[in-house]
Amino acid sequence: MKARVHVMLKDGVLDPQGAAVKHALGALGFDGVDGVRQGKVIELDLADGATETQVGEMCEKLLANTVIESYEIEID
Amino acid sequence: MKAAVIQFPGSNCDRDMAVALEKSGADVSIVWHKDAALPKGVDLVAIPGGFSFGDYLRCGAIAANSPICNAVVDHANAGGYVLGVCNGFQILTETGLLPGALLRNAGLKYICRTVGLKVETSNSAYTEGYNAGAEIGVPIAHHDGNYFADDATIAQLKGEDRVAFTYTDNPNGSRGDIAGILSENRRVLGMMPHPERAYEDAHGNTDGQRLFAGLMAQLANA
Repeated sequence: MKARVHVMLKDGVLDPQGAAVKHALGALGFDGVDGVRQGKVIELDLADGATETQVGEMCEKLLANTVIESYEIEID
Repeated sequence: MKAAVIQFPGSNCDRDMAVALEKSGADVSIVWHKDAALPKGVDLVAIPGGFSFGDYLRCGAIAANSPICNAVVDHANAGGYVLGVCNGFQILTETGLLPGALLRNAGLKYICRTVGLKVETSNSAYTEGYNAGAEIGVPIAHHDGNYFADDATIAQLKGEDRVAFTYTDNPNGSRGDIAGILSENRRVLGMMPHPERAYEDAHGNTDGQRLFAGLMAQLANA
């Protein structure tokens, strides 16, 4: 079983990297972008018996910093 | 006064921190991150700057979950003193000992230069050697020093006089110009600037000396 964890900065938290990417897209002539937020994806190969609840605990304890980040878990 | 300087893979200000503490009169030991306990009788734990674990995942995130950090959290919860500088500040926020988080600098650049700081409170062992409102120069060297906390937390920090230092000319986008904050019991200080790099005459600036001197005076009486 695979879990894919999407970690994003929360709304209201400044994302200077996203802003720089938006600026670079504009410089390339892509005018149709109103905003860019950059996050990360963490893929976990789960051993038999591992549960989505455990992945949630992993997110809370390590994979995301919930002061500034939100996360979503996708299980394949 | 007994001090422990924690060393992680990627720490690079551990020796500077140890030298500043030793020259201030402390008995210093360097403690490896895999140790599960601090040396007996330690009064102050110093978490130095650097790039612990290569800043992987988030700055300080892996270090905050290393064996020694459980002991550091216990030490702080038992009323012990903890000083976190630069990466040490990031680690302290990741452990939850201090509120908020350090984001990428607003200008996206790594910044390495001396900046102006305003001492916001003299009510702590770390800042009692300064007059509140005093302006000092201390070097910064970081890519992720942009302090963030929600409005309620910022208001609480200000209301409880827990902002230790602010930048006189905000270099990194930190909310409220915050450069360093104190814990509720005022014994844990996290700051991005490096007082140990403004210690000796050879550094060209000794404004950081009084932080260590104040700490030493306080802990000698403890």
